[in-house]
Amino acid sequence: MSDFETTAAGGGSATAASATTMSSEPGTQAAQLKKVKKQKVLLMGKSGSGKSSMRSIIFSNYLARDTRRLGATIDIDLSHVKFLGNLTLNLWDCGGQEAFMENYLSQQRAHVFSNVGVLIYVFDIESRDVERDLATYVNIISALVQYSREAKVFVLIHKMDLVHPSTREQVFEERVSIVRRKTAEAVAIVRKQKPEYPASASVSEGSGMIPDIDLDMQLFATSIWDQSLYKAWASIIHDLVPNLGVIETQLASLGVAIDADEILLFERTSFLVVSKWTSPEGETNPWGDRFERMSNILKAWKHTCSKFTGTPRNAEQFSDFEYKMGPNFSMFVTKFTTNTYILVCMPPGEARFNSAKLNVAAARPWFKFLDGPVVAPASAGGTPREGTGSGGGGQLHQQHPQEYGI
Amino acid sequence: MSSAFLQTDNGHPASFDTDDATQPQSQTSPTRRSLVRCISPAVLNLERVFEQNRQRLQKKDGVPAPAAKVSDQASVPQTKGKPRLLLMGQRRSGKSSISSVVFHKLPPSETLFLESTARIQKDSLNSFMEFQVWDFPGQIDIFDNPNFTFDIDAIFGEIGALIWVIDAQDDYLESVARLNSTILNLQRGYPHINIEVFIHKVDGLSDDYKLDIQRDVTIRIQDELSDQGIENAPVNFHLTSIYDHSIFEAFSKVIQKLIPRLGQLEAMLTNLCRTCRFEKAYLFDVNTKIYIATDNTPEDMASYEICSDYVDVIIDFTEVYGSPEWKRSDEWRARLEGPPWLQTLENQVACEFAESGMVLADAQRPIMLREVDRFLALVAIMKEGSYDKMPQINMNVDVVVKGLIEFFEITKTKTGIAAVGGGTPGAVAVEGGGDGRL
Repeated sequence: MSDFETTAAGGGSATAASATTMSSEPGTQAAQLKKVKKQKVLLMGKSGSGKSSMRSIIFSNYLARDTRRLGATIDIDLSHVKFLGNLTLNLWDCGGQEAFMENYLSQQRAHVFSNVGVLIYVFDIESRDVERDLATYVNIISALVQYSREAKVFVLIHKMDLVHPSTREQVFEERVSIVRRKTAEAVAIVRKQKPEYPASASVSEGSGMIPDIDLDMQLFATSIWDQSLYKAWASIIHDLVPNLGVIETQLASLGVAIDADEILLFERTSFLVVSKWTSPEGETNPWGDRFERMSNILKAWKHTCSKFTGTPRNAEQFSDFEYKMGPNFSMFVTKFTTNTYILVCMPPGEARFNSAKLNVAAARPWFKFLDGPVVAPASAGGTPREGTGSGGGGQLHQQHPQEYGI
Repeated sequence: MSSAFLQTDNGHPASFDTDDATQPQSQTSPTRRSLVRCISPAVLNLERVFEQNRQRLQKKDGVPAPAAKVSDQASVPQTKGKPRLLLMGQRRSGKSSISSVVFHKLPPSETLFLESTARIQKDSLNSFMEFQVWDFPGQIDIFDNPNFTFDIDAIFGEIGALIWVIDAQDDYLESVARLNSTILNLQRGYPHINIEVFIHKVDGLSDDYKLDIQRDVTIRIQDELSDQGIENAPVNFHLTSIYDHSIFEAFSKVIQKLIPRLGQLEAMLTNLCRTCRFEKAYLFDVNTKIYIATDNTPEDMASYEICSDYVDVIIDFTEVYGSPEWKRSDEWRARLEGPPWLQTLENQVACEFAESGMVLADAQRPIMLREVDRFLALVAIMKEGSYDKMPQINMNVDVVVKGLIEFFEITKTKTGIAAVGGGTPGAVAVEGGGDGRL
């Protein structure tokens, strides 16, 4: 652990060197990498329900209390959020005032609802006029089903912090059943109106019956004051990340190779969990909410750092963190690829820890494809450093990343 | 659970031992008074004189000491050894909020829902030192109460510090007047009591305005006191708010005055900073995030903030991955202790305590943390580029931590006088270890 900085530098040079020598085996992975297209993400909900607040917290590193300063969103606030380098989220933050809503549903209907990848609909749990909210929601859903059949829907029941903790679950369950029912109704209505479908809609009009419109829908209880927001957004993002399968298999082989209990991969600016791997032992951890909690902790820490260093909130704040808790566990968080951080929780042991750090550094080239559009992952990142193993870690290098990515 | 990361053997109770906290509450003040009343006035007077003498002597040393310690020994063994912090001030000035935020980890936003305090609220705080925190209801004036006479001696007899809370966003003239009369009353009987004025709720006020208020309050109090012929009363002022770190910083300063042989502690940290090229080092009480000592470089709010947040991060990580609820299976352990290691996990680790380091992206200024004992942690900001010297630094820190543990062993069990002897070996060890290895 003494020579972290040198190893980090070593990892960089290894990457550069090995990028030229591509082995055939990762080449097959390169073939799996899909072409990335722009995803349209609609963020909708009643005025004042907290859409812009959550967007600012997740993507612009606002503190929860800073969101008070945000004003009402006028019309549609278009933003292109860079995520993981090669993925651009085309985020449409739609102002929620009635006049705008009507506009979206009438004049701008085709413009707004066509080609949608994800709809995020936000309900304010404190809203007085639930019926009306639901009516608007039904309209939105029907417009969505009409123009973008493939879209995924995420419904966030927001401001849950205002509900008493003891009744939170119950309130949420009730709301979930109502929303599900309304969604089903909306879909049914669209189905009946079949003849009115515009040609552009990707509905098979030839077939007499419309196949079951099973809207891919997930509901979350959220609040900007705790980690629940990160949970919801991590699953939203999860579906948008390309090549997820590749990431997950590689993360798993890395985890097995370094004997970790848990590995989390975070996106650099938002600290949302992009991917995770947990060992069978790690699965016994009773903290089910730990992933979003980690996001929350690291994000808060990042904020503290930016205050301390006086650098902008979105700038990179720390490069390496390690924590050894005696004979209980060890963990480290480190900058992984250009756009990601990796968190590794592992069993205690100095030698194990050091070799894991080296191995993670060596594994970097395997995840290079996270950074840019189709840079094929290169192999043999570890080899140049086989000899440099420090002190106690030296003899353990036999479990080296050569085995990855099979 | 907040103190989890300091539990090397799982299962130690968290910051507030609930039993301990409730006990003093159920023990109503009358019983306490009756204990004190057993002592004859002559003894009390003698004690007071002794205390004053001692105080004067120690002022020469430049080392503040707990006012309580000696008087305890002399008289009341039952309530021995716990310096007391009294929270006083007008009603709705924020006393209960302060004690909830600092000692009970209540989120500041939730203090809105606190009920007003009707009777004296007593908490005891188990940490490196045992404290009592008495939260007084604002509507009661203890010196001038027609319905209920307080036993002044019972309240102020073994006090560590009186904290007077002034609401800066309100009209504070009445509060200042009451504070003045309180100081005057105290000066007669207990001139050694530290009076700490918290000019509270200053969040949202501009820096200029804050200083104006502080100046105004200071002048009002000093004028009044000098009119009464009292000069150099031990009154200190702090600008505080529960919404940022200022309240913890202020409490740190208050509590530091109660630590026996603080100078020795500070010398140890200063030494460490010099040998390891630290910019700033803090010794934190992990549960409350009060720092009980720092090195002698100038105060710096920003470094305090980042260090205290760092402690938070560590606590959070520990709770998730190191909690006793996550019992690792035997097979897990067997596998890890099997080949190629063939050692118990305990022997595979370099340091049995929690240790951590973090490199910030700008200027590469690392932060390090090292557990000292169940309650304390050493947090330091290092100079840029010194992260690759971590092994040596860890060794130095190890020596200092041993010295600190020794220090607290000695000050805990014996009197302040014995600490003089005890502090030195620790400090010597620091220097020996530090110079030898870097």
